[in-house]
Amino acid sequence: MKYLDEFRDGKAARKLSAEIKSVVTKPWQIMEICGGQTHSILKYSIEELLPEEITLIHGPGCPVCVTPLELIDKAIAIAQREDVIFTSFGDMLRVPGSKHDLLSIKAKGGNVKMVYSPLDAVKIAENYPDKNVVFFAVGFETTAPANAMSVIEAKRRGIKNYSILCSHVLVPPAIEALLSSKNNNIQGFLAAGHVCTVMGYEEYFPIAEKYNVPIVVTGFEPIDILQGILLTVKQLEAGKIEVQNQYSRVVTKEGNISAQKLLEEVFERTDRKWRGIGNIPSSGFKLKDEYSDYDAEKIFKVENIETEESPLCIAGEVLQGIKKPIECSAFGKECTPERPLGAPMVSTEGACAAYFHYGRYRHPEPALPSGRLVSES
Amino acid sequence: MKQNYEIDFSTGLSCPIPKSDYEHVLLAHGGGGTLSHQLISKLFFSQFDNEFLNEQHDSAIFNIDKSRLAFTTDSYVVQPIFFPGGNIGGLAVNGTVNDLVAAGARPLYISAGFIIEEGLLIEDLWKIVLSMKEAARKSGVKIVTGDTKVVDKGKGDKIFINTSGIGIIKEGINISPKRCVHGDKIILSGRIADHGIAIMSAREGLEFETAIVSDTAPLNELLDCIEKFGDKIHVMRDPTRGGLASSLNEIAEIANVGMLIEEEKISILDEVKGACEILGLDPLYIANEGKMIAIVDKEVADDVLIEWRKKELGKEAEIIGEVTSENPGTVVMKTTIGSKRIVDMISGEQLPRIC
Repeated sequence: MKYLDEFRDGKAARKLSAEIKSVVTKPWQIMEICGGQTHSILKYSIEELLPEEITLIHGPGCPVCVTPLELIDKAIAIAQREDVIFTSFGDMLRVPGSKHDLLSIKAKGGNVKMVYSPLDAVKIAENYPDKNVVFFAVGFETTAPANAMSVIEAKRRGIKNYSILCSHVLVPPAIEALLSSKNNNIQGFLAAGHVCTVMGYEEYFPIAEKYNVPIVVTGFEPIDILQGILLTVKQLEAGKIEVQNQYSRVVTKEGNISAQKLLEEVFERTDRKWRGIGNIPSSGFKLKDEYSDYDAEKIFKVENIETEESPLCIAGEVLQGIKKPIECSAFGKECTPERPLGAPMVSTEGACAAYFHYGRYRHPEPALPSGRLVSES
Repeated sequence: MKQNYEIDFSTGLSCPIPKSDYEHVLLAHGGGGTLSHQLISKLFFSQFDNEFLNEQHDSAIFNIDKSRLAFTTDSYVVQPIFFPGGNIGGLAVNGTVNDLVAAGARPLYISAGFIIEEGLLIEDLWKIVLSMKEAARKSGVKIVTGDTKVVDKGKGDKIFINTSGIGIIKEGINISPKRCVHGDKIILSGRIADHGIAIMSAREGLEFETAIVSDTAPLNELLDCIEKFGDKIHVMRDPTRGGLASSLNEIAEIANVGMLIEEEKISILDEVKGACEILGLDPLYIANEGKMIAIVDKEVADDVLIEWRKKELGKEAEIIGEVTSENPGTVVMKTTIGSKRIVDMISGEQLPRIC
């Protein structure tokens, strides 16, 4: 099947692996900031094909994982209201708030629906005019245009009972925040392929220059990731600092102009708190004032949210790439996909979940010896 | 006159309820993954506890006089009730037939219990019944007893069907997940994920150039042609809810063995692959209704494969892997790029990803 077969081909993978091994002469640390890439790296055990000089660090690329706890708690409070139908993509439903998650609210009778597209939520709003339909608008730049479109569509159709609870985050400010941190040891970046499909990659040139890091726009299949790593390593070995585009079959330098226009119409930049990391200035989107009728945070004034993170959860350090999930004392014990303490263990794109599902048998400590999860309670 | 009923709490109800992370049953408890497994073992197995249940097989197997019988039950709650390739009726018969086949039994008799929501069109019920009649004919079973209940509108989801089945096991056949041992070969009868994606496409209104159709079918012929290998057939399982991955994980855990399978040997239709990519789903975890796994002694593996490939429902059969002694309880897969990764037990429902 086109794009799947050739980009998952064993022979091509071995060739790239050999080429990376022949080029590398010293240790390099490369970060990806994209949950889809993290997932693919773990799912295909890409590290097995890399020389030990290369360390892959998994950055905060999972939008589910970085959604602030306060917002999850707000979502849960809104979802419990009788007049609300709360809609969301699937993986947000299991993220633990301070006390519950959205799926358990559903089990108790809350009206929580999983949708594949925000436009499905708009349709629900049209079909249920006596209910307030809220869509949990989470994601990086990738999902923002569809969410913007849903608001524009709702306005165009005169639908007044639709709103979004917005938690969009942006990649370039996150890269800058990581690179300017004193703990930083990242030497090269794989930029998120689908974020760049929307936004293009012009924003990365000043970052590459300011922080002296090569940035390679990379896709998601194993061959894409190996090619992205090869291009990054070649630059590092040659002392070059460039922005390159490995994912050229989808990404252009300017990106998708129509999608960007939708974003400009509906959203403006705002400071955002990233769960586990903290506040990053100008790193998110919020709805513009002229669309405040569609802003769930303004419509549902949820007060007195007292958040409570698990003291055992080191999501922040995992998300910044400072620690690997297997270095967490709770990994595979108190924290498992069935009983997640933090978001990275919930989302299939979270680093902790990816390690647990695909790779823990290679790291028998501190996970269970058989690699099998059996509840001890 | 009002009657007072004395309930004997001395057995069971006085036991402390097993500690659970959940106060309520979640949809995920029915997903066929770890949460289902936990619910079933902590609540049902622990209380119903007996030697038949503890085999943890799809069917209970027992001796009556000189005959070995298999007995199974399954309930069908699929939505929509009519889907590309079939409907809930045919599914209900084929599913129970296949559970008996997976126990090594020739299916004989089926019961059918209906819970019907008020308002279901009689015409729809008729189509379901005809489908069950046809499925019974194809698989050679008789529907010999049943029950019908109607519930108020809004209290059921159009129709739920429970089928139970009895089959007879030929002498020499001894199938149990515990018989799975290091060195055995794992054979899969054909391509995966058709059924689950057909349902999802119908439910979500997704359309493809070539329609994806459920693979629901009775699999008796796949047992008939390999009965001659007797007790060299160690395990059989139909990978329904939870998919191929869940079935293999269950067997690996019960038998305390490892498994190594090859991604390249597992066949998936291009349209199904495409649908999984769009929705962010892993085909290994998607339900099948017309596929069988056989785990057999390596001496007979090639011959079993030859026999299956002669049959319509086994013509795409492949040896997809083997049972190992490494990483007991864990299924490992060699990926298309030559690396290895775990094929884990899914915890609950597979949730389509955000981006």
